[in-house]
This record gives sequence, C-alpha cells and structure tokens, in this order.
Amino acid sequence: MSRDLINLIVEATWQSLYMVSLSALLGTFLGAPLGIFLATSRKGELFAAPFANLILGTIVNATRSTPFIILVVAIIPFTRLVAGTSIGSSAAIVPLTVAATPFIARLVEAAIREIDGGLVETAASFGATPLQIVIKVLIPEALPGLVLALTLAVVSLLGYSAMVGAVGGGGLGDLGIRYGYQRFMPEMMLAVVVVLIALVQAVQTLGDHLARRLNRRLRHR
Amino acid sequence: MNAHQAVTQGEPVVVDRAGKPKLPGTDVMVRFAGVTKTYPHRRGKPGVEALCDVDLEIGRGAITGIIGRSGAGKSSLVRLINGLEKPSGGRVVVDGREISRLTGADLRLAQRSIGMIFQHFNLLSSRTAAQNIALPLEIAGWSRTDIARRVGQLLALVDIADKRDRYPSELSGGQKQRVGIARALATRPDVLLSDEATSALDPQTTRSILDLLSTINRELGVTIVLITHEMSVVRQLARDVVVIDAGRIVERGEVADIFTAPKHPTTQAFLGEVLGEAVPLSLANRLQPAPVAGGQAVLRVAVRGAVAADTVVARLSRALDADVALLAARIDEIGGRHVGSLIVGVPAARAEQALAQLAQSRIEGEHLGYVA
Repeated sequence: MSRDLINLIVEATWQSLYMVSLSALLGTFLGAPLGIFLATSRKGELFAAPFANLILGTIVNATRSTPFIILVVAIIPFTRLVAGTSIGSSAAIVPLTVAATPFIARLVEAAIREIDGGLVETAASFGATPLQIVIKVLIPEALPGLVLALTLAVVSLLGYSAMVGAVGGGGLGDLGIRYGYQRFMPEMMLAVVVVLIALVQAVQTLGDHLARRLNRRLRHR
Repeated sequence: MNAHQAVTQGEPVVVDRAGKPKLPGTDVMVRFAGVTKTYPHRRGKPGVEALCDVDLEIGRGAITGIIGRSGAGKSSLVRLINGLEKPSGGRVVVDGREISRLTGADLRLAQRSIGMIFQHFNLLSSRTAAQNIALPLEIAGWSRTDIARRVGQLLALVDIADKRDRYPSELSGGQKQRVGIARALATRPDVLLSDEATSALDPQTTRSILDLLSTINRELGVTIVLITHEMSVVRQLARDVVVIDAGRIVERGEVADIFTAPKHPTTQAFLGEVLGEAVPLSLANRLQPAPVAGGQAVLRVAVRGAVAADTVVARLSRALDADVALLAARIDEIGGRHVGSLIVGVPAARAEQALAQLAQSRIEGEHLGYVA
C-alpha cells in the first residue's frame, strides 16, 4: 500500500476519533442529566414530574427511532446554525451529538434504575435531599454500569460516524466507501475495517477494565 | 372513630393494658394518635388499609417490640415514624415534634434524630465500611475532620474497627449489620428503628446483634423500636411489646405480661412458635376420645408465670393420691417468668377430679383425650 494511502488512513482515523470523542463528550454532558431525570421523574419518585417525563421520553424515542442517515440530512439547517457550516468533520459532530444524547440518556436511565430502591429510601431516611441522593447514592452506585453504558455509546458512535461521509464529514467509514467501494480498492476497504475493529476492541477493553475496577459489588476475597 | 368507639361497637377485640401506670421516670418518645394509613388502589390492585386507627405510645429509653405477620402493617408503622410516609389520618409525634406534619428541610432535620437499620442492611456497595458510616454525616454537612473522628468512635462502638476499609461485599452479614448500626447512630439519634434487622442473620449472629442493640440502649439511652415477625427477638430484647394484626393493635403491654397470658389469637400463635407444639406427634396420634380400660387420661396443664412448674405434678399427685405421669413438657422463660405447658397422664377415671383440682389452684387445664 502506497505512502499516500497510508496517510489517508491515518488522517481518516484522526477524523473519526475527533468526531466520536467530541460527540461522545457532548452527548454525555447532555444525555447523562437527561437520563438521570428520566430515571427519577416518574410518579412517586425523587423528582416526580410525570408529565415532563412523558414529554422528554417521547422526544427521546422519536430521535432514537429516526435512522441516523436521515437525521443527518434532516437537521442540516440546525447544524448550520450551530456549527456555521453543514460540511466537514466539525459540522458532523452536531448530528452525532444529537443522536448520541438520547441514546446515552436511555443507557444512563437503565443503569440508574438498576440501583436498589432500598438505598434511595435509606438515604432519604437520613434526611438526604433528592440532589444529595443522586450525587451520593445513585451515581456512585451506578458508576460501573455507567462506564459500560458509555463504552457502548462510543462503539455505536464509531458506527454512526461512518455515515457522516454523506455530508462530507470524512472519517474511516467515508474512506472505506469512497476508496474501497467506489474506486474498487479492496485492500483499502480491508485496512479501514481492520482499523475500526482495532478501535472498537480497544474502547471495549478499556471500558470493561474500568468497569471491573469500579465494581465493588461482586468483589470477593 | 377512636379506639373507645371501636370497642363499644363490638369491632375486633382490643386488649389494652396501657391503662396501668407507667414505670417512673419514663415518658413518651413516639406517639401515634388515631393514625390511619391507606394506600390508594393502583393499576387494578385494590386500595389497602395498612393501619387502622392506631393509638400507640412508645416509652423514652425503652426497647419496644412491634410484632406482627407480614402484611400486618409493620412497615407502614415504621415508615410513619421516620416520616418517609404521611398518615392518611391522625398524628405521629416523635420526641414532641409532629413528624407527620413536617415537610422539606424541617422534616429532613427531624429525620437526623431518627436512625434506622434494615433487614438487608442497605449499605452502599461503592463505599467502604467507614465511608458508609460517614454517609449520614456528609448528608448532615459535617466537616471532614469531625466526620473522621465520629466514624472512628462508631467503628469502635460496634466493634469492627479492623474492617474500616473493607467493602460490604467483603463483610459477613453480621459485620454488615454492625456497619448499618454504626451508620444509623452516626448523627446521635434519639430513636433507633430496627426493621427486621436480624431476619437475614443466623441465630448466633442474631444473638450478637441483639446484644449490641441492648448495650446501645443501656449505654447511650437510645430508644429502640424493633419491628419483627420473630417472637424470639422480642423476647430477648424488648421490655414492651405491641402486637399488630391486619393494621390494628390487638394487644400491648410489658413482654412478660403479654406472653404469660396472651389473649388474642395472634399473640397466642406467636407464643406457640417459640414454645413449639406442646403435644408430641407420637402422643397425639395415640389419643382416643373414649377411656381405655387401665389407660390414662391426658391433660394439658398451662404454666403461666405464677404457677411453679416444678411442683405442679407433685401437688396434683398428692391431691389425687395417684401417680401422675409426665408425658411431655415445654417450658420457657419470658421476661423472667415461666411460660409453657405440661402434658400429664392421670388414671382415666380421675380426669374430672384432676381438672377440678387444677381449677381450684387457678391453673388452666385442658382434657385432651385418653391413651392406653
């Protein structure tokens, strides 16, 4: 494989990492609080707001059920508003974040719901405020699950990022389509797939390791 | 409707001995006045009346057992005391504060003076023993140095100082409950609520936890409310007992009084659990309704406190001028008094005479049948 092609792969890898890491970060920033709210706002819970829960849950579902490639195109005006342009890696971060936020919210919600309600009641019986319960009980107890959720989100974003080539976002998926498929370069396709596999493997291993270190629940001597 | 009306209307029998004078120097820590708790029906499930018109006083500095079957309303009772739930009617007063009316910051402040321990310990898996104990102090806004000092004291108090940096998954059930107790006592509460705290523990560990609770009550003067379905726990630890059944208090008083002369069927059933079946199965199978020639009449003689169990057989034998066979006996000590029953055999023809003799001595006797 020529030096130029290798440079292309390296560049595309950086673009993918840039898009995925930044959208994962922004998605977590927005999705985690949303997920915590979804997990604690049903009737009779910490921040009981059943109506808001219903509305946000519906919006989350709507976003989650829109195919990503359609989402990318559909929100181009919004992307242009936020990023100033609708083309390129930076612009691609907008639809990636929009897709990642509800996904992460649902994952966080599931992780928080796993926590035994008895612990919440215990903290409440000490006179803890709802916010204290979230910060001192729910988040620390759910941390291993949250790390695994985030790992899953990053892996999914790597997959999504392959589609932003459609709006000139670049990245590995785009490289694979343009060179590997459209220019009939199977070696390029293979190289892209190998790099993606390595990335996913690395992310998953790191996430699993971290979650295991954080999990005190099953640790025995 | 108050308790008085309930009785006059011929509703469930309430055997209330609260009328007798309280021990000197005690006053009321927890008071329920006409408390009713109903849960509205939800998704097809009908509404539940968990507590119905409960009047209750729990003495300051005492250990009070609240005993009942599952579903009797025990959990509702304890959740009303620490303000996790509001009554549907009536008032709950803890240490002079009407906790059933407090909300927000006032309620949270009041909750700090009420500690609670749980059947399943409810420790945070992500925190070490010491960090778990520190949780209520962090919530109460203590400084880091104050927390460190207090946690050290508490670890020593519950005798697990060597486990301070262990996570709950590394602790035994008994050790976890010790952490739970230390955590509950962290903010120096006046009341400690124990919700089936020993139900998940083996008998030996239960014993050590009950001993610890007893020490805490004696040395710190903390009022302890024991919620349990286990008679043995009440017997070992409590001075007063409240028996609840189907959301109503059916009997209450000092442990020794209640269990030496239980009146309500539920209380009698609980007592039966401790004492076990009075009549051995092999004997029960041989019992016949009619006298057998040369056989014996089988009587049950109740042993309740005042009766000196050791002399009852000898006295009966003397009165009948005949041998009295001791077929089975089960006697336990509750609150320093003997409780149980003797199964004795007397010559078949003398059964009536024996019962009359027992009645004359104010001893409860029952004719069970005859054996060959």
